[in-house]
Amino acid sequence: MNQINKLKEVDKEFLKDIALSLKEYELIVSLLKRTPSKLELGLFGALWSEHCGYKHTKSLIKTLPTKSKNVLIEAGKENAGAVDIGDGYSIVMKIESHNHPSAVEPKEGAATGVGGIVRDIIAMGAYPIALLNSLRFGPIDKKINQYLLSGVVEGISSYGNCLGIPNIGGEIEFEECYTDNPIVNAMCVGILKDSSPVKAVAQQAGDLLLLVGSKTGRDGIHGASGLASQSLDSDSELRTAVQIANPFLEKKLIEACFEACRLEGVVGMQDLGAAGLTSAAIEVAHKSNLGLSLDISKVPVREMGMSAYEIMLSESQERMILIVKKEYNKNLNDLFSKWDLESRVIGTFIADKKVEIYENNNLVSSTPIKHLVEAPSYKIISKKPQWLKKVQNSKLSNPNIKSSNAKNILKKLLSSSNISSKEYVYQQYDHQVQTNTIISPGEADASVIQIKGTYKGLAFSTDCDSKKCYLDPYIGAMIAVAESCRNISCVGATPLAITDGLNLGNPEKDDVQFQLSETIKGLKDACNKFEIPVISGNASLYNESNNYSIYPTPIIGSVGLINNFNNCVSSSFKKENDLIIAIGNDIFGNHPKYLAGSEFQKIIQNQLSGKPLLDFDFEKKLQKITRELITSGLVNSSHDCSNGGLAVAISECCALGNMGAKINIPINSWEIPLFGENKSTIIFSINPKNLKKVTNICKINSIPLEKIGVVMDKKLIINNIIEIDLKEIHESWSSGFNNL
Amino acid sequence: MKFGIIVFPGTWSDKDCKYAVSDNLGQKSKYIWHKESDLSGIDSIIIPGGFSFGDHLRVGALAQVSPIMNSIRDYVKKGFPVIGICNGFQILCEAGILPGALIRNKNLKFKCKWVNLQISNNNTIFSSETDSKKILKIPVSHGEGNFQVDPKTLNKIENSENVVFRYCDSDGKINSESNPNGSINNIAGIMNNKGNVLGMMPHPERACNSNLGSNDGNLIFQSMINHVNK
Repeated sequence: MNQINKLKEVDKEFLKDIALSLKEYELIVSLLKRTPSKLELGLFGALWSEHCGYKHTKSLIKTLPTKSKNVLIEAGKENAGAVDIGDGYSIVMKIESHNHPSAVEPKEGAATGVGGIVRDIIAMGAYPIALLNSLRFGPIDKKINQYLLSGVVEGISSYGNCLGIPNIGGEIEFEECYTDNPIVNAMCVGILKDSSPVKAVAQQAGDLLLLVGSKTGRDGIHGASGLASQSLDSDSELRTAVQIANPFLEKKLIEACFEACRLEGVVGMQDLGAAGLTSAAIEVAHKSNLGLSLDISKVPVREMGMSAYEIMLSESQERMILIVKKEYNKNLNDLFSKWDLESRVIGTFIADKKVEIYENNNLVSSTPIKHLVEAPSYKIISKKPQWLKKVQNSKLSNPNIKSSNAKNILKKLLSSSNISSKEYVYQQYDHQVQTNTIISPGEADASVIQIKGTYKGLAFSTDCDSKKCYLDPYIGAMIAVAESCRNISCVGATPLAITDGLNLGNPEKDDVQFQLSETIKGLKDACNKFEIPVISGNASLYNESNNYSIYPTPIIGSVGLINNFNNCVSSSFKKENDLIIAIGNDIFGNHPKYLAGSEFQKIIQNQLSGKPLLDFDFEKKLQKITRELITSGLVNSSHDCSNGGLAVAISECCALGNMGAKINIPINSWEIPLFGENKSTIIFSINPKNLKKVTNICKINSIPLEKIGVVMDKKLIINNIIEIDLKEIHESWSSGFNNL
Repeated sequence: MKFGIIVFPGTWSDKDCKYAVSDNLGQKSKYIWHKESDLSGIDSIIIPGGFSFGDHLRVGALAQVSPIMNSIRDYVKKGFPVIGICNGFQILCEAGILPGALIRNKNLKFKCKWVNLQISNNNTIFSSETDSKKILKIPVSHGEGNFQVDPKTLNKIENSENVVFRYCDSDGKINSESNPNGSINNIAGIMNNKGNVLGMMPHPERACNSNLGSNDGNLIFQSMINHVNK
C-alpha cells in the first residue's frame, strides 16, 4: 500500500536541522514533481549535505590528479583509493575528519572517527595495518583545550588500541583559531595480498543487501547534515548527534568481514558512516546502476517505535553492508555467528533506478536515485581578500636580538607545544601491535612498517603547516604536500600516493571560497609537479564558530615505499665524531622572508605575517637526492628542517640520539639562519669517510652541501652563540605537555 | 614442539605470537578458539594480549568463563607450561590461576613504550635461557598493568621467588621512575607456586627480531622450548 505522506507545507526549522536551503527545497519539489514526505526530505538533506554531496568542492576536487602507473583504484570511486606496491601487494588508504563531533564530545567523537575510517578500509576487503591522525587545538595553556586534547587522545587511544591496529604517527598543532573548532583527522591504511580490492557494488537486480553489526539506534541522527555541514553555535545542544563507540564490535567486524568478502556469493561491501543507511545503500545502488527496495522493518533496532526516518538517518556505529547473491552461502551465516554478529537481509536490488522504502509492507518512500545523488554544485568565486593582501605585504624586518638571548630562545621554541616532543600523545597509542613497526612515531620524520616475508617497508606521514596556509593558502597547500613527501623521503622511502583531508571554514563566505579554491589549486599543482596521485580524501567545511574560522588546514597523508627497510634511517645522531652536513637551498640565508609563518615569528615576535615560500623544483630534486643518499647507505641519520628551523632540527637530532654536537657555521647574524623556515634543508650525520661520495652526488645534482659540525658528547654548541647541555635540551623539548 | 595460541574475540596478539614462535623460532603453533576445549597434542600454551571481550565488565572477567578455560585449568594441573601475556596475564589473575590483580595504570593512561626488565629469577622454565645479569628490553602496551596483591600474598610470592621479572632502569636499578604503571615492587611478571604458569605484562613477542628493536623476547620462548624438549 502506498503511504507516502507528502508534506503540505515546509517547516523552515526542519530545513535548518537538515541543512537544506529553501531554494534547495524548491529544487527538490521540481525534481520530484511533487512535495516530498518528511522521510524523503531527510534523505535529500543527508545526501545533499556538504559532507556527502560535496556541494562546494565537487568541481574543484575533480581537478586533482588521481592517476599514476601504480594506482589501482582512483579517488572517489570506492570507499578508499588503492595503489599497487608490487609482489602481489596493494595498499588502500584514506583520511577522514571527525571535527565537529570531537568538539561536542571529544572522546566519543574522536573514537568514532577512528571507527569510521577503519570501516572504509575493511569495506575494501583489506586488513587494516596502520592508523595515523592529525589534530589541531587552541593554545594548550587553556583548560578547555587541555580537556579537548586529552579527551580526543583518549578516544583515539581507547578505540584504536582495542582494534589491534598500530597507531604509528601523525602531527599536532596548537593555534588560537582552533579553540572552538578542533580538528580531528584520522587516517587508516590497509593491505591486500593477491586479491583485488572489494567494490561497493551489486552485480544485478535480485542481489540482496545484508546488514551486519550493531543494532540501529537513535544516535547520530543528523550527524552528516546537522553537525558536519553547519557551523557550530556555542549555545546549541548537539550531543545526541554524536555516536557512542563500541570498538569491540568493530574488532569483530574487522575479522569477520575480512573473511566474509572471500566467501562465495559475497559480491560487494560498504560501510555505514555519515548519513548511515541512507548514504551507504543508495550509493551502492547508484554505483551499480540499479535501484533498491528496502524493508526497514527488517533492520534490527535498539528500541521499539523507531520511525523510518530515524532508521534511515541513524548514524549508529559498527555497521556494514554486504551485497550477496540470492543463493548466498550458509558459510556466511556460520561465520557471523562464530563472531556473535547479528546479520539480516534488509533489501533487494531492483532494475528500476529508484529507492523504495517499505515499512511493514507499506511503501513509505519512492524516489529516483539520480535526484538523490546529484546534489547541486555551487560555483566558488575566488577573490583575494583585502586583509590577506595586507598581511602578506606587511614588511618583515630583521629581529636584531642580543645574541645572549639565543639559548633562551632555543629553549622557548623547543618547549613550545608545536615543536615539543609528542611523547605524551603517541605513548597512549599502541604503535607496535602486528609486530611490523620498524621506525616508531617520534623517531624519524616518518614511521616505517615492514611487510612480513619481504624486505619491503612502508613509510607514512601526515603533515600540514597551518600558519603558512593562512598566509598563503596556495603555497601553504604546496608546502603541505612537499613536507609530507619530504618526511617520507627522509627515511629513504619514495612517496607513492597521498590522501587529503581538507579542513576549512564556511564555504558560503567569500574569504573561505578563496581559501578553498587556492588550497585545491595548490594541491593540484604540487601533486602534478611531484607526479604523485591523490587516491582518496575528505572535505570538512563549516569549521567556524562564533563568527571566526579556522586557518585553511589541508592535511596531507602520504605513503612511501622502500625496497629494503634495513636501509631506513631515523633522525637521531648515532655516533660520536660523525660529520654533520646540511643540504639545501640558501642554508644559512638571512633574509627576513624566511620568517613568514615561522614558529620564531609566532613565539618570539608575536606576529603572523609575510608570504611563505617554496622552490618546488629544487624541493623535488632535494628529496630525490636525499633518498639516493639514504638507500646507498651513506648517511647515519636524516632529519628535515621544518618548524623552528635549523637550530631546532639539530637539537632534535641531539635529543633523540642522546648525543651532543659542535656546530660551526659561517653566519653574521643568527636569528634567521638558526630559526628561519621556508627553506628546503635536510640535516644528515655521516661517517667522515663517506663525505667524498656524498659531496660528489650532491655536486653532480647541483645540490648545495655544507659541512656544519660534528657529533660529540653531551653538549650542543653553535658557534659562540649557543652552548646548551643535553640535559637542558631534553628538559625543554619534553616539557610541552607538562600540564596534562 | 607445538604451541597452542588461545584466541578470544578481541584478542590481537595471536598473530604476533605465532610470528614469534613459528616464523622466528621455527616451532609449530595452532590457534585455539575460546569455545573449543581440546588441548591434546599441545606442548605449551600462550594466552596472548588484546582486549578479550572488549574488556567489558572488567579486564579478563568474561574471558575467564569461556569454555577453553576449564581445559586450561586441567592443563595447568598436569604441569604443562602456560604463558599469559598482557591480557593473558589479566585473564590468568581473573581466573585465580595466578594471584593478585591488574588495575588501571597509576597515571590512568594507556602506555606503549620500551621498558627494561630485571630478571629476578632465572631458574624457571620461562627464564632459564637468560643470564641473571642481563637486562631485557621488551615493550609494554597496556592501560591496566598495575599489579597489586595483598601484603600476605606478596610476601609469599617474594619469599618463594615467584617474581620472574621486574621493571628497572637501563642500569638494572629498581626505582619508581622505571615503573611504567605503578605495579607493587615493580613486578612485571610472576609465576604460580608450581612454576609452570607465567603471567607478564610486557610483550616478548614484540621483541622477537632486531628489526623491531630487540630480540630479547626470544629468550623467554626459547626457555619454554628447551624445557619441553628436555
